[in-house]
Amino acid sequence: MYNKTISELARGLRAGDFSSVELTRTYLKRVSSFNSGLNSFVTVCEEQALQEAELADQRLKGGHTSLLAGIPIAHKDIFCTQGIKTSCGSKMLDKFVAPYDAHVVSQFKQAGAVMLGKTNMDEFAMGSSNENSFYGPVRNPWKESAVPGGSSGGSAAAVAARLCVAATGTDTGGSIRQPASFCGITGLKPTYGRVSRYGMIAFASSLDQGGPMARTAEDAAAMLQVMAGFDGRDSTSAEAAVPDYSATLGDDLRGLRIGVPKEYFGGGLDANIEASIQLALNEYVSMGAELVDISLPNTHLGVPTYYVVAPAECSSNLSRFDGVRFGHRCSEPKDLEDLYKRSRGEGFGAEVKRRIMIGTYALSAGYYDAYYLKAQKIRHLISDDFRAAFNQVDVIMGPTAPSTAFGIGEKADDPVTMYLSDIYTIAVNLAGLPGMSIPVQPVGGMPVGLQLIGNYFEEAKLLNVAHRLQQETDWHSASPAGFE
Amino acid sequence: MSLERSDVEKIAHLARLSVSNDELDAVASDLSNILNLVEQMDQADTEGVEPMAHPLHMVQRLREDRVTEQDQRELFQSIAPFTEDGLYLVPRVIE
Amino acid sequence: MQWETVIGLEIHAQLATKSKIFSGASTAFGSAPNTQACNVDLGMPGVLPVLNREAVRMAVTFGVAINAEIGERSVFARKNYFYPDLPKGYQISQFELPIVGKGEVEIELDDGVRRTIGVTRAHLEEDAGKSLHEDFHGMTGVDLNRAGTPLLEIVSEPDMRSAKEAVAYAKKIHQLVQYLGICDGNMQEGSFRCDANVSVRPFGGPLGTRAELKNLNSFRFLERAINIEVERQIDLIEAGGEVVQETRLYDADKDETRSMRSKEEANDYRYFPDPDLLPVELDADLIESIRAAMPELPEAKRKRFSEAYGLSEYDAVFLTSGKDLADYFEQAAKVAGDAKLTANWVMGELSGSLNKAGLGLAESPVSAEALGQMLLRIVDNTISGKIAKQVFEAMLAGEGGADQIIEAKGLKQITDTGAIERVVDEVLAANVDQVENYRNADEKKRPKMLGFFVGQVMKQSKGKANPQQVNELLLKKLSA
Repeated sequence: MYNKTISELARGLRAGDFSSVELTRTYLKRVSSFNSGLNSFVTVCEEQALQEAELADQRLKGGHTSLLAGIPIAHKDIFCTQGIKTSCGSKMLDKFVAPYDAHVVSQFKQAGAVMLGKTNMDEFAMGSSNENSFYGPVRNPWKESAVPGGSSGGSAAAVAARLCVAATGTDTGGSIRQPASFCGITGLKPTYGRVSRYGMIAFASSLDQGGPMARTAEDAAAMLQVMAGFDGRDSTSAEAAVPDYSATLGDDLRGLRIGVPKEYFGGGLDANIEASIQLALNEYVSMGAELVDISLPNTHLGVPTYYVVAPAECSSNLSRFDGVRFGHRCSEPKDLEDLYKRSRGEGFGAEVKRRIMIGTYALSAGYYDAYYLKAQKIRHLISDDFRAAFNQVDVIMGPTAPSTAFGIGEKADDPVTMYLSDIYTIAVNLAGLPGMSIPVQPVGGMPVGLQLIGNYFEEAKLLNVAHRLQQETDWHSASPAGFE
Repeated sequence: MSLERSDVEKIAHLARLSVSNDELDAVASDLSNILNLVEQMDQADTEGVEPMAHPLHMVQRLREDRVTEQDQRELFQSIAPFTEDGLYLVPRVIE
Repeated sequence: MQWETVIGLEIHAQLATKSKIFSGASTAFGSAPNTQACNVDLGMPGVLPVLNREAVRMAVTFGVAINAEIGERSVFARKNYFYPDLPKGYQISQFELPIVGKGEVEIELDDGVRRTIGVTRAHLEEDAGKSLHEDFHGMTGVDLNRAGTPLLEIVSEPDMRSAKEAVAYAKKIHQLVQYLGICDGNMQEGSFRCDANVSVRPFGGPLGTRAELKNLNSFRFLERAINIEVERQIDLIEAGGEVVQETRLYDADKDETRSMRSKEEANDYRYFPDPDLLPVELDADLIESIRAAMPELPEAKRKRFSEAYGLSEYDAVFLTSGKDLADYFEQAAKVAGDAKLTANWVMGELSGSLNKAGLGLAESPVSAEALGQMLLRIVDNTISGKIAKQVFEAMLAGEGGADQIIEAKGLKQITDTGAIERVVDEVLAANVDQVENYRNADEKKRPKMLGFFVGQVMKQSKGKANPQQVNELLLKKLSA
């Protein structure tokens, strides 16, 4: 049952082959068997999930039409869930029970989906390995000693290990795509503004975007259908109409122009990964697509630029965690300054503090122009690179990450090396474009992700292109040993 | 850019983060390494380039002036660390 | 040494919207603490700001009224600092691109001299909450009801040269925002707040170091605080000291300004564009429609009052000093049908009794309509001006409308010639000696002597006889 896709499960639920309660019990059982090893869930909502499943069964009998009705999913613990702890992977919010639902969460509730629980993540979504969680690292289902990637590592591991049908994630610099790549699943970061950020705890507001993490492009399309759309509570929410993402999944790819940026190959890229990517590209050629060599000349500036823009925004976004209205408060503060400094000093982990300090520095008097303003200008250059490319091609493809999942602890002491693992994903966030990662041929038994980058609001095209590969190959259906 | 301990102290104060004396050197070194990475930006010629604050060229939508929120003090203060008589309490502020 | 004072004002006017600038919580004043602070106002995780259309319209209205450049594209920025009344750790304000650019206002001083004061800019921002320093076990309480209330910060050029000029400018802005209906102007409740940047320099010299004065919550305090600060700075410099740039608090009880040590620390606000909000773009049509809907401004109203109603310059200035007063006058005059009479009553009896009772015009027990109705009874000769005062007192005491009171107290004027004649005859008969004296008296002395008879008739009629008729009858009978 837990290897079925969303549409297969939806058919089964409607045919009465099994109920949502049965399906939910199956998944809850898997969570209780495997989560202690993986640490992918921070909170499991057994009782509530079963209640939601019961309700879904009733609604299904009444002819509920959403594909997600009765389907057990999980939310990254960055999405606020009313009445349920929303920790954002931080000690700061270890006791924070959100008084409201995030837009994404209420959309899934309306669709009748069942929430199994909240998934582990790098604290405040800052990290590429899920080692920066107050609740400890998540393990990669493909290899216990490896990281699942981050920051949506809990969601990626849970989906890969079949602990939920699909999950939500967020992506600020690669936080959906890189863990999807490391865990062998399908992840989509939509166009900035496609999915409302309301109730999604902010890391870097101009880069953050929620998106689906699933086993197939088809499932990702069903998930995005629920998540996408205008929300008046988010000023940056786009009013563009939401297409039927499932309708165009099977479209023919003949004549598709695929841009292959030279900057995404060579350099620090593992040769075996390059071969895997090439193999996938060849598949597309055999489907009638055409490869076009392109250049994104400012690619090398992506990581430096990102590490100004994201910390600057986060330094300000995280000021609200001051121990006054919610969140961790130090004991016996001797004065106001002590309250602030110790509450924040104790509540935040090392990486969060590093980024707050970098951002504070980049915005401070005398440094603003050299850092923040300069970064904003390069952001424009990077965005222009993509604009120019999309005049020539329909999609851009390359590796999602320069390596397969690295070992837990391997890069933990070296922030800069860690930052470079997002080298191929970061520019997409700076430009605000949609991006995807789908599994291709593994290397050394570990998953490899192919990154697909689309033009603004062309999620349907990305899902179509991803789906066609998954029709022709079965790299996406591989399951980690022990979790089949 | 290489940061000194005093720079870290200044930044940590602006950001209201406690950093102990033992940590100062390590933090200074981490931050300096990150700044070295960041300074690769200097390679780019940005003469005449407009800064880009948002990925999309959208303009601010305006909300109608209507009261839509009800009093939820009890709920909001149920998660507050320290309240009394409906007020959030902090160590005395001297003006 | 002759010193010159240089003053610039920063005025914060709370905009009279129903809901907050970035949330749907109410802006009403005086509710129980934190009952009007929604999750956006509290800076809860994940919640986001959405801009109130009305706040934008009000800011543009102000800009148009002072002939300012309107920012077709304005940007919200975050001003970052930690303070308990600032929930997000940053204030959403405008920095590089404000919604209102350079403009100007004209002020008039007591001696009639007019001066133009430059307005550098006016920008939208959110208000902070309030810290309550009463003793909560030695702690401070924070009420965030006010957090997120829209403010228009109006920044002047350092164009004022005396405390009097500063007050005239502040009053002018105060009057203007109320005329425009964008701020209730209530200084006690903090809807209209002034900060003053004050420095001194030798005449014509370069600008001196300025001190920023806060807590000036009345025009009187504004004037006092500036004068005291100017004295302090001159004394300091003349004694060989130096003025330091700092924020100083005016203490009305001690009548002194003192340094606010807690805010002395050099602030680094790290302004940057708020990524949760997009640029505000105003199209020309919107600005045009606001221009077209602009209410009549004080200058124009004053001119119209003196021309259309034939009021003196003094009366016109007085009656247009506030929009509510001007509206009250116009409404009452319309009902009464006599502008000059209405002006006298509004400026005399009405203002006098409200002052005595310590009431504002909005709390007046006598509405403009009711006053007009009463004045109408003077105009149509139902009552005399003297009886009217009696009626007005009763109206103030809440005894009802003019007609009701006139009826109940039998105050209707006697205009029946026969009835008046009977009283006149009685009075003449009872005062034969005085009649004799009158008739023998010199022409010039007669009017004064006539007063005696009028007084007697009015006394006998309990004030109700029509004075004009009484006069006429007496003259006729006495000269017979």
